[in-house]
Amino acid sequence: MKNEMPLELHIPEPKLRPGDAPDFSDMPLSVAGAAPRPDTHANARDTHHLVYDLIRVLDPDGQAVGPWNPKLDPETLKRGLRYMLLTRAYDDRMQRAQRTGKTSFYMTCTGEEAVAVAQAMALDRGDMCFPTYRQQGLLIARDWSLVDMMCQIYSNSRDRLKGRQLPVMYSSKEAGFFSISGNLGTQFPQAVGWAMASAYKGDTRIAAAWIGDGSTSEGDFHHALTFGAVYRAPVLLNIVNNQWAISSFQGFAGGELTTFAARAVGFGLPGLRVDGNDFLAVYAATQWAAERARANLGPTVIELFTYRAAAHSTSDDPDRYRPAGEGKCWPLGDPVERLKQHLVTLGIWSDAEHAALIEELAEVVRVAGKEAESYGTLGTGPTVSASTMFDDVFKEMPWHLRQQRQQMGI
Amino acid sequence: MVAMNMIQALRSAMDVMLERDPDVLVFGEDVGFFGGVFRCTEGLQAKYGKRRVFDTPIAEAGILATAVGMGAYGLRPVVEIQFADYIYPATDQLISEAARLRYRSGGEFTAPLTVRSPYGGGIFGGQTHSQSPEAIFTHVAGLKTVIPSTPYDAKGLLIAAIEDDDPVIFFEPKRIYNGPFDGHHDRPVTPWAKHPASEVPEGYYRIELGKAQIVRPGEAVTVVAYGTMVHVALASAELAGVDAEVIDLRTLNPLDIETIVASVKKTGRCVIVHEATRTGGYGGELSALVQEHCFHHLEAPVARVTGWDTPYPHAFEWEYFPGPKRVAEALRQAMEA
Repeated sequence: MKNEMPLELHIPEPKLRPGDAPDFSDMPLSVAGAAPRPDTHANARDTHHLVYDLIRVLDPDGQAVGPWNPKLDPETLKRGLRYMLLTRAYDDRMQRAQRTGKTSFYMTCTGEEAVAVAQAMALDRGDMCFPTYRQQGLLIARDWSLVDMMCQIYSNSRDRLKGRQLPVMYSSKEAGFFSISGNLGTQFPQAVGWAMASAYKGDTRIAAAWIGDGSTSEGDFHHALTFGAVYRAPVLLNIVNNQWAISSFQGFAGGELTTFAARAVGFGLPGLRVDGNDFLAVYAATQWAAERARANLGPTVIELFTYRAAAHSTSDDPDRYRPAGEGKCWPLGDPVERLKQHLVTLGIWSDAEHAALIEELAEVVRVAGKEAESYGTLGTGPTVSASTMFDDVFKEMPWHLRQQRQQMGI
Repeated sequence: MVAMNMIQALRSAMDVMLERDPDVLVFGEDVGFFGGVFRCTEGLQAKYGKRRVFDTPIAEAGILATAVGMGAYGLRPVVEIQFADYIYPATDQLISEAARLRYRSGGEFTAPLTVRSPYGGGIFGGQTHSQSPEAIFTHVAGLKTVIPSTPYDAKGLLIAAIEDDDPVIFFEPKRIYNGPFDGHHDRPVTPWAKHPASEVPEGYYRIELGKAQIVRPGEAVTVVAYGTMVHVALASAELAGVDAEVIDLRTLNPLDIETIVASVKKTGRCVIVHEATRTGGYGGELSALVQEHCFHHLEAPVARVTGWDTPYPHAFEWEYFPGPKRVAEALRQAMEA
């Protein structure tokens, strides 16, 4: 048949741009509590309707409803709220530190705090995390030292990474937090390798990896799902769909035609699509996937549906490519406010307690900040000695690096 | 001691390390049940089980990525990239991840992995089964690059590479898997059994990385080579009737600069031979180092004999390959300069 119609090239375009009023009225949202919860030992196929659904637990009134309710005790709920607020307070101070020249760069996770915090809490402390640059909440929820994190941001004399890494590219073996790479997506299949090693050794620890919606386009994403499925690696493969990859909306990662959770289907993996701003839903989905992984049933793909409420980084201005105030209109709300509302609804929390906690955490962060700054900032120093730049290239320094260190004259 | 060809020696190295260290795993495309397209891992899965020696999806980046993750866990993966020509999809995991992990984590996480990969031409493999990409990796801070030229060296170097706590690229000159091909493609190939370096201990031994070997002492001119080209260099010295000192680098990075400098200071002349393309090749680095360290001893320009700056052409393999005729000519020119 002869084709009479001229062909057209489709270039995705977000519905709204700067100057437009935010509008999410056509975003399909399932009702909290409606999504069924398959048994953790279910066939992957029995989860596949969930990849087009949205697992939600907190309803508009702040009640926890439906089969995914993890039924957390009040202390755990309050700890979750505390960690999310601490993450927010930490971000606030570090963002301001960058603005005042104390460091070169920073990235907040505003609006996405539930992802890292709830997931860290649902995992075991020994489980190994392969995060992106926006999961600082993992370290915070694992009670990692804020001062240590800040020293990395400041590249100062106490920076364990010796001023080598861009701020926020933390590494903490002790906290089960893998060294962050600036090359996106690389950690996703590495987590699968770590999980394969854990399984090979008969260990009990599992791995969890995070990737952004944009980076699912990378080959590494595909390799992670292939290797994870092939070797049934005990790993959680989390896609944080925060709608924006710097200035590119998720349509450029293939989000116009299907969901990111649906990537699981072609690999025969279970997939869950979760309200990423719902602390309880994130916790429950993570727990479900972790239980499966621990039972040698392999990886689960989890899409955490959320919104990047702030700029990509301190080098970015989202008002140039998306409607101003979109974050405030996000139909799934703010993760901190929603968990707070739940606690208030349960009668175990009050506005006064909330305000006092915010104040307390701001002080915790301020004190940590002062201590970190006493060890130096990028702007004013002190840093570690520049001669250390030749260390750790190899375990033992070869002659040419010794020679170059001498040539540098330090 | 047992007579081994290079394939058997490499297999023996992996056998020894699988036996000695339960954290050593061997995997790659076709390496498990089948034993690899060049048979280097034949029998290892049967001996050590499929949890330790296994096949992988056809995804070089995935192979390297999982190896990096395993290394971070504490294992010592030995992976095969079926042909060096296939390594490019894995370069992000090699260059940005494996090579940088120790550095960027302040020594907290490391990637003690070994990447074995057959490289080089002379087997009518065309442009996608013949390349010599070593200079891409010698250029990378944090990677070691090793290329053996005999069965004895192959085993000792591979064991040292597997035991090394840094990532090692281990390129295997596939043209000499079965015999020390000297570049005379019109003559029958001598099998390894007739070469003294085919005498290989059955058990554990290692050859330290970063140490070159003088395979032919001489006074007239220094020839720096590695892999297949070591044998070509030896044949070329004979063809040219020149008393060449032939150095087999064995490890390209870190380089044994002392052995090269001592030799060139003695001979005053230097010819560098590699099969890889010339521009940006490792010969350029060697040449620069020789002139930096030996300028006042040089009596002739440092010469390079290399593959041409073209893809490896299937039907014109011997025109491309820097064989004895070209190398001998370079030796004569170095002597006349």
